[in-house]
Amino acid sequence: MTEKGSGGCQCLSVGRSRRESAVQKTIIGMSHAIRGSLFSERVANRPGLLQETDPRVKTVGLLGLLVATSFLHNWYIILALYGLTLVMAFASRISLKFFVKRVWLFIPVFAGIIALPSLFNIVRPGDPLFTIWDFSGEVTLGPWSLGTSLAVTHQGLKGAVVLILRVATSVSLAVLWALTTHWADLLKALRVFMVPRIFVLILSMTYRYIFLILGLATDMFTARTSRLVGSSSPREDRRFVASSMATLLGKSHALSEDVYSAMISRGYTGEPLTLHRFRTGMGDWLWLGAIIFLGAAALGSDRFIG
Amino acid sequence: MGTGLRGKMHIPDGYLSPQTAGGMWAMMVPAWYWAGHKVKSTLSSRQAPLVAIGAAFTFVIMMFNIPLPGGTTGHAVGGTIIAIVIGPWAAVIAISVALVIQAIFFGDGGILAIGANSFNIGFILPITGYFTYKLLAKGAAPESSRRWIAAGIGAWVGLNVAAFFTSVEFGLQGELFTAADGSALYSPYGLATAIPAMMVPHMLVVGTIEAVMTSLIYVFMMKSNPGLLDNYDNLNAQAIGSYKLKPLIIGIVLLLVCAPLGLLATGTAWGEWGTEEIGNEIGYVPEGMERFAGHWEGFMPEYAFPQSEETVAVEGGGAGSGEVTKVAVEESAAEEEAPVSLDGVGESTPAYLISGVLGLLLVVGVALMTIRMITGKPRSKEQLG
Repeated sequence: MTEKGSGGCQCLSVGRSRRESAVQKTIIGMSHAIRGSLFSERVANRPGLLQETDPRVKTVGLLGLLVATSFLHNWYIILALYGLTLVMAFASRISLKFFVKRVWLFIPVFAGIIALPSLFNIVRPGDPLFTIWDFSGEVTLGPWSLGTSLAVTHQGLKGAVVLILRVATSVSLAVLWALTTHWADLLKALRVFMVPRIFVLILSMTYRYIFLILGLATDMFTARTSRLVGSSSPREDRRFVASSMATLLGKSHALSEDVYSAMISRGYTGEPLTLHRFRTGMGDWLWLGAIIFLGAAALGSDRFIG
Repeated sequence: MGTGLRGKMHIPDGYLSPQTAGGMWAMMVPAWYWAGHKVKSTLSSRQAPLVAIGAAFTFVIMMFNIPLPGGTTGHAVGGTIIAIVIGPWAAVIAISVALVIQAIFFGDGGILAIGANSFNIGFILPITGYFTYKLLAKGAAPESSRRWIAAGIGAWVGLNVAAFFTSVEFGLQGELFTAADGSALYSPYGLATAIPAMMVPHMLVVGTIEAVMTSLIYVFMMKSNPGLLDNYDNLNAQAIGSYKLKPLIIGIVLLLVCAPLGLLATGTAWGEWGTEEIGNEIGYVPEGMERFAGHWEGFMPEYAFPQSEETVAVEGGGAGSGEVTKVAVEESAAEEEAPVSLDGVGESTPAYLISGVLGLLLVVGVALMTIRMITGKPRSKEQLG
């Protein structure tokens, strides 16, 4: 996870392409990913509240709160849960400035942008909160009627606030979970949800091979960039990207055959084994108890307030 | 809707109601088990490294920036080309694994939404793409241009069908999940907004990127590594003992086609009366029925969309009065109902059809899982010795 919001790709980025070709952008993106993984392992090593909680208990608690968040209707309660994530981040020695930046850029901001049209009465009907433009009379566009005024609706604003807060809280919980847990422990903790061993094995192998293949790809792209004099057309670049994907596919396939042979020759039978033994302590159960209490309180008061 | 022209359709958490997200998980779990079974029957014990590397490969190519005319860049998923090389079922698992890692590790896509994202991008996309490719490339010689054109078209179709399912999932939230005052609780757009808003950019731009990249990759592989393109077909030919799917699929399609016929039938089946209907028939409602009826409404009560809080509040006021009920009883007793009529077709028809499709898929999924658990895994040629 990188320091700027890597929560989504800037898939169509206009304007910077004069300086950076697609190939260069890919190299930068990939090196960010590698750096991000190192950073996340550093956070997981800090002596904070969540880092010291048993990974299985932590998974149940945080994902339980995530499910609870999806059931809440009242935005005050969602905001309170968001506050709880800030408290937990602070207690886990995560810099709040980093945490807020990491969560809000870019998914909740994006949610706000997506929800923007729904604020207006022409998109989603509702009681006007404040009118922007009063058409004198009804305006029609063919068979569609735009009504008599353009206004921001009460319901639109409320819906947008609920959406943004819920998205932000959900992302906060997910980030807390992933940042404070070592990847290997996280996968093992999934077994608590009865995820079959074979899937956990595939997940852990995939994680390792992502970095290997990222390295292969970065090498290919760097090799090309360093042999390029001047600039290349998008068409040439596209053909290069496609041919590197094809080459990568072939290399990956050959690699898998080698890996399989290596595993068989070292006694692989299909059962994954890990070194780290999980142990729960009093602190874990106290934490889980507090989380369950707070989650139930949130759901209950949400029901009550309505 | 302004999702932007994303090559990835990863849904974050917060946009889908827990009911929708849960429903998508319910659909994906049998799909994963089925894919796992299919992968074992073709790849036996090789599958873990192959699928893992396939997943890592998918993950990495989703990060590639693809140069577009005009100086912008886009992204592709590559689900169809992967399905062609490692097989559609291995691709389902590989793409799902890549999506899970993207969600947990990179925050790209929500955690609760993993079921939905896996269904759209990890299941619909590769399966539709692969079978479209197979259909169009049938019988074509390995070096012919029909093959790479079919791959491109397959990729376009796969991606757009996946986008369609995604847009329906978004659109349903705006229609069904609203608070009592009419404000949206999750994604605020209805089907009429969500579907065109997603489909237009995906059909015009994103799908084209996917199709062009898939075709280009296919062409490069035809020249440099043609054996890999036939890899899955060769492995598939060796596997025996898989269940005969064709009659099942024909049966399911026939059932799906017949499902809307239910709308034409009027009245209620004998013995399936609700409290209101039995009140009409015999003049009173038995105490037992009164106490226990209506406690469990299910996710789609009466094969219609669950009533939003707003509508329920309105109806509750009307049905509360005893006089209204009495008048209704007299009126309906006076009517002579024809056995079949078009009256049933109306506002709740889309809900009826969607519930039919969902119900059928759920039942088939659970049945297949149960059969597999009872009869055990089919054996491959290797194991039979």
